Amino acid sequence: MLYREAGDFKTSYTSDNQTFPIRFDRYGYYFVLGVAFLIMPLILNDYWTNALVVPFLIYTIAALGLNILIGYCGQLSLGTGGFMAVGAYASYKLMTGFPDLNIVFVILLSGLITAGVGVLFGLPSLRIKGFYLAVATLAAQFFLIWLFTRTPWFFNYSPTGMISAPTRTIFGVPVTGASASAVSMYMVCLVFLVALAWLARNLTRGTLGRQWMAIRDMDIAAEIIGVNPLWSKLTAFAVSSFYIGIAGALLFTVYLGAAEAGEAFGIDKSFLVLFMVIIGGLGSIFGAFAGAFFLIAGPVLLKIMLVDNLGWPTDLAAHLEIMIIGALIIVTLILEPHGIAALWRTIKEKLRLWPFPY
Amino acid sequence: MLDTQPDEGYTTADGRKIGGVAMEMKNITLRFGGVVAIKDISFDIRWGEVRAIIGPNGAGKSSMLNVISGFYNPQEGEIIYKGYRRPRMRPYQVARTGIARTFQNIALFEGMSVLDNIMTGRLNHMKANIFQQALWWGAAQREEEENREKVEKVIDFLEIQHIRKTPVARLPYGLKKRVELARALAAEPSILLLDEPMAGMNVEEKEDMCRFILDVNDEFGTTIVLIEHDMGVVMDLSDRVVVMDYGKKIGDGTPDEVRNNEEVIKAYLGVTDD
Ligand SMILES: Nc1ncnc2c1ncn2[C@@H]1O[C@H](COP(=O)(O)OP(=O)(O)OP(=O)(O)O)[C@@H](O)[C@H]1O
Ligand SMILES: [Mg+2]
Repeated sequence: MLYREAGDFKTSYTSDNQTFPIRFDRYGYYFVLGVAFLIMPLILNDYWTNALVVPFLIYTIAALGLNILIGYCGQLSLGTGGFMAVGAYASYKLMTGFPDLNIVFVILLSGLITAGVGVLFGLPSLRIKGFYLAVATLAAQFFLIWLFTRTPWFFNYSPTGMISAPTRTIFGVPVTGASASAVSMYMVCLVFLVALAWLARNLTRGTLGRQWMAIRDMDIAAEIIGVNPLWSKLTAFAVSSFYIGIAGALLFTVYLGAAEAGEAFGIDKSFLVLFMVIIGGLGSIFGAFAGAFFLIAGPVLLKIMLVDNLGWPTDLAAHLEIMIIGALIIVTLILEPHGIAALWRTIKEKLRLWPFPY
Repeated sequence: MLDTQPDEGYTTADGRKIGGVAMEMKNITLRFGGVVAIKDISFDIRWGEVRAIIGPNGAGKSSMLNVISGFYNPQEGEIIYKGYRRPRMRPYQVARTGIARTFQNIALFEGMSVLDNIMTGRLNHMKANIFQQALWWGAAQREEEENREKVEKVIDFLEIQHIRKTPVARLPYGLKKRVELARALAAEPSILLLDEPMAGMNVEEKEDMCRFILDVNDEFGTTIVLIEHDMGVVMDLSDRVVVMDYGKKIGDGTPDEVRNNEEVIKAYLGVTDD
C-alpha cells in the first residue's frame, strides 16, 4: 500500500482543498467512522464506556472548542471549567423547566447559552492580550463556579446543592438518568462529536478560520488587510464556548448524571482541557482528538498496568501519573510545540516521500 | 456633494495616461508625544500613477503610509478620498475602501501556508455567513472556489506556484516579500501602498520586484504609492515623487524635477547618495 499523492491528481480547487487530500487518508477516515458507528456499539461494555470511551468523546468536544479559541485564534483561556458548568447548569434548568423539550435541543440550547456567556467574557480580549487575558478568564472561572454554588435558583433550591439529570429519551431510548444504557450514552456523544468536528473543520478551513489565524499570527497586520478584530475574536469566543457548553451539558446529563459545580467543573478541568489542546496540537482538529485520548486513556491504562497488574498502591500510581503528564507537557512545549498532531504530520510527510526521500 | 473639484488627468511625456486625483492629503500633522513625525504635509495621489515617497531614515515616510491606511490618526489635517473627506476609520474599514499595503518589516501570518496567507487577502470579497461556512454549503463553498481561482492568478502572476503549500515561516526573505505583495494584490486594491518593497533584496530579486510593480500598474491599472531608498529604482518606476525630511515635505514633482531641486539635493541626495 503506497501512501502518496501521485496518480491522485486534483482536477479542481475543491478537490485540492478537501479535508483528506490523500486517498489513503480518506479511506482511513471512512474506516474509523465505520468502526465507531457499527462495530463499537457491539463490543462496548459498561466498564470501558464509563472509564474511557464516553469521557474521551465528551472531552474531545471541549478540546475542539478550546482549540478554536487558543490554537486558531490565539486567545488564551483558563475558564473552560466554568464554561462547561454554564452548559451543565443551562441543561439542568432547561430539563427541569421544560420537561417536554427533547434532550437534543436541550443540549444545543445549552451550547448557545454558553456561547452567549462566552462572548460576554470574551469582550475584555478586545483590550487585553496574552497573560492578562488568561487572568481575566481565570477570574471568569472562579466567578461562574461561585455563582452556581451560591445561587440556589441554579440548582432548584435542592438541599444538597447538587443538580441531577432526570431521564430523557431519544426515539424512546433513555439516554440520560439511571436507566440509560452504555451504548445509548455512547451513541449520543458520538453523534455530537462527529457533527461538531465536521463543523469545526469547515469553520477553520474557510474565511472565518483564516481570519482567526490571522489575528493569532499578527493582529495588527490582520486588521490592516481588513480583518475586523472585534468580529473575529468574539466569533472565536462564541464558537469555542458553544462547543465547551455542549461538552459540559453532555458531561452532566449523559455521563455524570449528578454534579456540583465546584467539584465537577473546577479549575482542574480548565487545565485538563488546556493540556489536551497543548499535547494534542494547537491549531489542529486531529490534535483535539489525540490530546483528549492521551489524557483520558493514559491514566486509565496506567492504572490498569500499575495497580491491577503490578499491584502498586493506588496513590503511588496516581502520583506517577501526575508526574508523567507534567513531564510530557514540558517535553511537548520544548520539543514539539504543535503537539502530537505535528508529530503525526512529520511522519506522514516522511511517509509520502518514502522510500526515496530526495 | 463632492469635497473636491474633479479633474481630468493628463498624459505623461512617455505616453502614460494618468487619471484625476484619487486621494488628497491636506495639511497632515502627526505627533507622537513631543516627536512630530509629519509636519503639515499636503500632496495628492492620482489614479493610475506610481507615486514615490522618498527621504532619509526617520523622515516620516512609513508614518505617512500608516496615516493613509488608518493605522495612525493625524492630529491635524484631512484626507480626501475618491472626492469625499474621509472620516476617522479603523484600519480594517480603510482596507474595505480598496486600500491594501505591504509593510517595511514583513508582516505575514507565519503560522499559515502561502496559499492561506494570500486567500486571507481576499477576505473583503467573501460574504458567506458563519452558518454557511460551518456547513460548507451554498455561498461558502462557491466563494471559496471563486476566490481560490483569483488567488491562483496572483500566484501565477508573481511566479510563486512552487511554494503555494509551503508554510510561510520556512521561506527565505526575498520570497516572503513577494508573498506579502501577493496578499496585498489578492485584495484587488484601487490603491496599493508599498513600504520599501525592495529593502534587503539582492540585485536579481530587486529587478524581479521592479518588474512586478510595473506590471501590476500596467495590467491592472492599480495606483501605487511606493516608499523606496534606492534612487535608481525610484527614478525608473515613479511618475511623481514626494520628498520628505524631518517630517516636512521638501520636494514634490517628477523624478527629474526632484533630482534638480536645490533643497532636495542638499537635504537628501547629497548626503546619502547610494
Ligand atoms: N509609534 C511611534 N511612536 C513614537 N514615535 C514614532 C512612532 N512611529 C514613528 N515614530 C517616529 O516618527 C519618526 C518618523 O518615523 P518613520 O518610521 O515614519 O520614518 P521613515 O521615514 O519610515 O524611516 P525609515 O526610512 O527608517 O523607515 C521617527 O522619528 C520615529 O521615531
Ligand atoms: Mg519606514
